Amino acid sequence: MFRYALRRLLLAFPLLIGITFVSFVVIHLAPGRPGEVVTGELSAESQKELWQMLEKEYGLDKPLHVQYWTWLGRLARLDFGRSFSPDARPVLQKIGERLPITLLLNIIEMLIIIAFAVPIGVLSATRQYSLFDKVTTVFVFVGFATPDFWLALLLMILFGVQLGWLPISGLRSLNWEYLSFWRQQWDFAGHLLLPIVVATFGGLAGFSRYMRQSMLEVIRQDYVQSARAKGLPERVVIGKHALRNAMLPIVTVLGLSLPGLIGGSVIVESIFAIPGMGQLMVQAVFERDYPVIMGNLVIVSTLTLGANLLADLTYSLVDPRIRVGARRGRR
Amino acid sequence: MRPAAAVPALALAVALAVAACGGEADSAVDQGVGRPGDTPAHGDTFIEALTGNISGLIPNVLTDSASFEVGSLIYSGLVTRDRDLNLVGELAESWKFSRDCLDLTLTLRRNARWHDGRPFTAADVIFTYETMINPKTPTAYREDFKAVESVVAPDPYTVHVRYRQPYAKALQSWGIWMLPRHLLEPYVREGKLREAPQNRTSPVGTGAYRFREWKPGEKVVLVANPDYFEGQPYISRVVYRIIPSQATIFLELKAKGVDAAGLTALQFKRQTEYPAFRKAYHKYEYPANAYTYLGFNLKDPRFADRRVRQAIAHAIDKQELIDGVLLGLGRDATGPYKPGTWAHNPNVKRYPHDMAKARALLAEAGWKANDDGVLVDTHGQRFAFELLTNQGNDERKKVAEIVQASLKDLGIHVDIRVIEWASFLKEYIKKRRFDAIILGWGIGLDPDQYEIWHSSKTGPDELNHISYANPEVDALLEQGRRSCRQAERKTYYDRLQAILAEDQPIVFLYFRDALPVVSSRVRGIVPAPNGIRYNFNEWYVPKHLQRYTAG
Repeated sequence: MFRYALRRLLLAFPLLIGITFVSFVVIHLAPGRPGEVVTGELSAESQKELWQMLEKEYGLDKPLHVQYWTWLGRLARLDFGRSFSPDARPVLQKIGERLPITLLLNIIEMLIIIAFAVPIGVLSATRQYSLFDKVTTVFVFVGFATPDFWLALLLMILFGVQLGWLPISGLRSLNWEYLSFWRQQWDFAGHLLLPIVVATFGGLAGFSRYMRQSMLEVIRQDYVQSARAKGLPERVVIGKHALRNAMLPIVTVLGLSLPGLIGGSVIVESIFAIPGMGQLMVQAVFERDYPVIMGNLVIVSTLTLGANLLADLTYSLVDPRIRVGARRGRR
Repeated sequence: MRPAAAVPALALAVALAVAACGGEADSAVDQGVGRPGDTPAHGDTFIEALTGNISGLIPNVLTDSASFEVGSLIYSGLVTRDRDLNLVGELAESWKFSRDCLDLTLTLRRNARWHDGRPFTAADVIFTYETMINPKTPTAYREDFKAVESVVAPDPYTVHVRYRQPYAKALQSWGIWMLPRHLLEPYVREGKLREAPQNRTSPVGTGAYRFREWKPGEKVVLVANPDYFEGQPYISRVVYRIIPSQATIFLELKAKGVDAAGLTALQFKRQTEYPAFRKAYHKYEYPANAYTYLGFNLKDPRFADRRVRQAIAHAIDKQELIDGVLLGLGRDATGPYKPGTWAHNPNVKRYPHDMAKARALLAEAGWKANDDGVLVDTHGQRFAFELLTNQGNDERKKVAEIVQASLKDLGIHVDIRVIEWASFLKEYIKKRRFDAIILGWGIGLDPDQYEIWHSSKTGPDELNHISYANPEVDALLEQGRRSCRQAERKTYYDRLQAILAEDQPIVFLYFRDALPVVSSRVRGIVPAPNGIRYNFNEWYVPKHLQRYTAG
């Protein structure tokens, strides 16, 4: 098991370098250049001189492979460089200040999705074609088909403008500093409610569907039959014997959505004006802020590779067969 | 090329020309005075929305409009523009040009202080100048200071500037944001101005507002400067909320989460006409600082013929464009200057919608309709071209479609292509790979447009991308920027506009209106040719209407 993990880990390095190289080339070949904010307006003053100066400063006048090599060299020393944006702040600092809110939102969202999707999936599998199953099926399709931004706007209009119960956008009210501690938390939670609902809605639909599918396959298996034959109560048959097996594919899917935790949702963050990773990344792409784009990319791809590995390892924890097989292989 | 909103320092958030305000605006003025208890009062918070994160706090090295808007409250220049767009003193009390336009002497205010309490003196002016011309300073505004031969300070409150040759924008260029020497000198010397703490966490200016905090991606907070040289502004706190989505800003406006926003024509005309909104906000409209045009690649032999361009101008109904695309909220353009500004010349050739005339001009140029109504030249070649515009601008796309339909009536076949902005610039504009384009020009407050029309400015990174070359225009542009006398300059620019109108190197389409709304509790707003923001320091909220207790 340890050797397996190590081997996977070593293989991940060339893969990571490959990913960064391809992304580096693609992002540098894309038209546009740092500082040339993509607004669709031109104005009568030329900034030619400024660009030539910045290009030199950033080393953009050198051949691409030289630029990549320099970047990789710095990365090896964990130096992500400085943003090309005029504030010239270190990339890690920029990512660091955006990460907590995105993580918080996505973790809450993930927990809610799991908390709801698993029972919904199980219930609709065990009661296949029942009314409950049909209702959730409809719900799932609606969830899949609803665009985030549209749902967000509708909820904002209803709860923010018409009813005035919830704030429309941002993270905190303007008088936040003057509120008592509990009031502050209440205010913050109020701001997070709509974004979480919107982000959860689509994810919930997909996840409950996976769960249902996986459960449906498992309850047809022989060992579930034999568990029933042993006279175990249905609760134990489903909750213990079937569910543990049905969770396997879900673990993989969960593992793969880990990188998404720091990626942030561009649409939700833009619409609700949440200063998270999604917004940072979009702005960096628009401004051709290469160090920030690449820094973000390295972190996300490292996480993806890590999550893949983690998912495979968790597999063996959840499924004794894999664990035993690995042990036997080691002997 | 820079974003239109980022036009010269002084031009910020301001609009040229006659502010033909709507009825709403007039009522705003009426309600602003004369009611008991509505006396100017200090206090309250003004909340604005920015669609983009600001990129720093020293605007001299920045190029985005959001940073300029924030920066213009923190910093001040030696001169600024008043309600009628005249240059007036800000940190300078008065100034004098020598007879030959080569010497400019500015007398500074004695009561101006930096936000940290140090007095503002001529040393800071010299420092700002040195910062701007330092080759290590990453600024886009160096051009303005290249004509300067020397800047000296005979005493702490007098600055003497000598120019190598007369420079029309000399005075305007001193509207540049003044920077504090005592804090920034080491950073400028090392070429690290952008990394100075003043660019990130602690800007120090001489402006009406002091910096309080900047939460990247979330908000920027400014508070009134009690030591401001023109007296503490009424509104105690200004909060810029960063809200990337226009749709969200509009909803926040409806829920009174922001106090001011610019609307689209559709929002202005159709979605805000209900009583509650009209009670909560006052609407304003005045021509924006940008015009939209149909540009030709003049290297293309078909468009090199002036008669063809004139014919196309006749075929396009500008009023139809304004009504269809802007719901009537704009005015037609006859040249590159905004109607109502001193440089604008209304007496130029116009091109009324006239298809017969268009056909006649095309026939003269050798284009005749064949039996199918398709326009062909003497060799039977069809008149067909591609019209490019950029993605993400619905307005331009609609313009392109209307142009397409109009030209179809003439027998000209037009294909429209909409291309993502960055590739549009790189692959098509800079490489001159286009037949015709729909684009806009942001214009500055000075009429000098050397960069756009001069025949020497046709390089790949330069702005004359239509490759226009007219020796008389070149001469006029050169003369226009070599004089410091407005009356003299006007004669050059009047002639320039007459030639451009006759030549139609591009078809000038329209000036869109800026359509801001401001919370009705804010008083003291007086719409003028300079828009509404020029007197922000005089805006106030009567005591009984104040919504926020400012900290």
